[in-house]
Amino acid sequence: MPSSISITAAAAEPELLDLPWHLPLEDWPKENIAALPKGLSRHTVRFAHLNDHVIAIKETLFELAKREYEMLRKLEKLDIPCVEAFAIIQEREDLDGNPLPAVLITRHLKFSLPYRAMWSQGLREQTANRLVDALALLLVRLHLAGFFWGDVSLSNTLFRRDAGQFAAYLVDAETGHLYNSRLSNGQRENDLEIGRVNIAGELMDLIASGKATDLDPGTVSQRIVDKYRELWKELTATDTFDDSERWKIAQRIQRLNDLGFDIQELSMAKDQDKRTVRIQPKVVDAGHHARRLLLVTGLDVEENQARRLLNDIDQYSLVNAHLGFDEEVLAHQWLSEVFEPVVGAIPNELLGKLEPAELFHEVLRHRLKLSEGQGSDIALVDAVRSYISDVLAERRDESALLSGSPVTDTISLAESVPTGLIVVSDDETGDWRDKV
Amino acid sequence: MATVSFKNATRIYPGGTKPAVDKLNLEVKDGELLVLVGPSGCGKSTSLRMLAGLEEVNEGGIYIGDREVTDVPPKDRDIAMVFQNYALYPHMTVAENMGFALKIAGVNKDERAERVLQAAKLLDLEPYLNRKPKALSGGQRQRVAMGRAIVRQPQVFLMDEPLSNLDAKLRVQTRTQIASLQRRLGVTTVYVTHDQVEAMTMGDRVAVLKDGLLQQVDTPRNLYDRPQNVFVAGFIGSPAMNLVQLPIIDGGVQFGDAVLPIAREILAKATGSRVTVGVRPEKLSVAPNGLIVDVDVIEELGSDGYLYGRVQLDGTEQNIVVRVHPIDHPMAGDKIHLQADPEAVHVFDTESGERLN
Repeated sequence: MPSSISITAAAAEPELLDLPWHLPLEDWPKENIAALPKGLSRHTVRFAHLNDHVIAIKETLFELAKREYEMLRKLEKLDIPCVEAFAIIQEREDLDGNPLPAVLITRHLKFSLPYRAMWSQGLREQTANRLVDALALLLVRLHLAGFFWGDVSLSNTLFRRDAGQFAAYLVDAETGHLYNSRLSNGQRENDLEIGRVNIAGELMDLIASGKATDLDPGTVSQRIVDKYRELWKELTATDTFDDSERWKIAQRIQRLNDLGFDIQELSMAKDQDKRTVRIQPKVVDAGHHARRLLLVTGLDVEENQARRLLNDIDQYSLVNAHLGFDEEVLAHQWLSEVFEPVVGAIPNELLGKLEPAELFHEVLRHRLKLSEGQGSDIALVDAVRSYISDVLAERRDESALLSGSPVTDTISLAESVPTGLIVVSDDETGDWRDKV
Repeated sequence: MATVSFKNATRIYPGGTKPAVDKLNLEVKDGELLVLVGPSGCGKSTSLRMLAGLEEVNEGGIYIGDREVTDVPPKDRDIAMVFQNYALYPHMTVAENMGFALKIAGVNKDERAERVLQAAKLLDLEPYLNRKPKALSGGQRQRVAMGRAIVRQPQVFLMDEPLSNLDAKLRVQTRTQIASLQRRLGVTTVYVTHDQVEAMTMGDRVAVLKDGLLQQVDTPRNLYDRPQNVFVAGFIGSPAMNLVQLPIIDGGVQFGDAVLPIAREILAKATGSRVTVGVRPEKLSVAPNGLIVDVDVIEELGSDGYLYGRVQLDGTEQNIVVRVHPIDHPMAGDKIHLQADPEAVHVFDTESGERLN
């Protein structure tokens, strides 16, 4: 073992020292490696087991690792959905004393999947669109926070299921800059253009790999631009309306909340003619429903899941309001009488298929489907039973601890490969012009 | 093909009192590789981002050719940021990796093939067009990434510290490749780096910035031989130029126990009773008299040697570097005298820092 390495970590986990840091990441033994699907990366990236969780390790230059580590920690503080920076390790050496690259370690985001893994499940353009929508929302949030990404792509994002949609998380902040002031239009436009071209390239690559057939990279990648603009306008535009139409203020606020944003300030001004009112909302970070749910139940879930659960709590409260309890008490009662029994009803061997909040959301949806089919209300307990036997047992395991081979290759641009290794038989058959 | 002009271009960040870039006037010639260099916070990256359209221009304007682009969105400026994000797609061939952006831009197939072929020839990638990136060396992969920018045929390439994510060895290799490729392509290029060695080895001309102000723009040779002020003198060159403040006396300046001759009309321009004298390490030599130096360390580099020592000037100690013979040199602990080549002495006004000779 090498005499010393230097670790900077956000949390003390001495087991970090036991990982084989004296080996290049490419050569790590199987027992350390967690076989999870990966995105494309310029660097060597691998997942490893540490205690009961999984960490993502990226080999890079120390300065870059340090910069990205600090950037991710800043983004975390701003409540931006991103992977959690965990540690930087430098001064690595192999057994002969040769220096090895520094590494940046992040915690693996449980239940998250890279976009390429979605296609291994046979999904199509509709899924691509929903992923792009989630990415557009993430980009809007980043831009509102003053973060210029510089490398917007599906590869640099992880996705979690969120009540039938997707929630996007930033994975790679290497090229990013956090500005104290608002981003310029040029910076936002540049991020959008980078995103559009990258998404097109990523989808073309999926098609070339045979994993996707039914999608048009040009159309899907243009969607990031359209969706982003739509969101940005809704979030930042000034509304003008007649003084008699004040209800439009509430309507606008409702639309913003529906998009998952909170209003920090609302500036209102009356024009000189005293008849028109202008409003300019200043929106902050998304997560309105998620925060409310966390506040009343302690459940920390995705925004759409939170909205779904809050709806269910509202219905529960309506029925039980005669008890005269306040929202928080009713919410806790709902937690122990509704939510926990449903999650608790899932047999152990099926746990880990989906996270609890998503499970609950699916049970509710399943119950609605059954009720519609039957034309009458289905009891929750029957819905749960049917869901377990008919839906869940068929489902692929989405917990982070699944095994299987990585879905994609890693390409490291900076590494030197002797050209002598390259043989002509590596060529694809046919004329390259056919594929340009 | 185009020139690039900054005309009084100024960037003030909101809430900032001092401009990040202050009335920058700079002409980049058609086909030239111009390097912006300076310490952190000097405004070099901000200047590049103003040209790219990423940073608002508060005063003045920016032109590409005859066209004012000050308020034009980035993607309509006909520029390409190189190496910013260069993941290669593993299932696509080199040709596809280079040409895919043209495809979504609606460029027809023949035109795409033609542009990809041209770029591949320039980059020595023609034999690999039908190959997947995995079967390429690290350097070849970087050239594919470069090819992606070249096929767009932009009027200007912009590169912001493109080598910062490479290790030292690959950095030296790649900077040579970029410079030679840029010369072959003849596309106007603006390149940002904090590393003066990189700037000096790559640039046709180098613009040195500090605190948002352009200090000097010139060929590497002229920056080295005739720095316009003390900052440029100290910033350009490795090891750095020795800069010492010396009293003006009859016939020159007091150089230890000797006189370093400097023409009277030059010294007459000085505002104080002292001037700042700069001498590069290779223009100092051991002599029977002159500046008295205590030798601390000798660095033997094979072909060269460097002597690091200290000189006492008015009770304060200052470091001195001298290039010496790699074998036949003084030893650590020695006390020696140094003389300067009078032809290679740089004289600056101590108050303003401006060059006097």
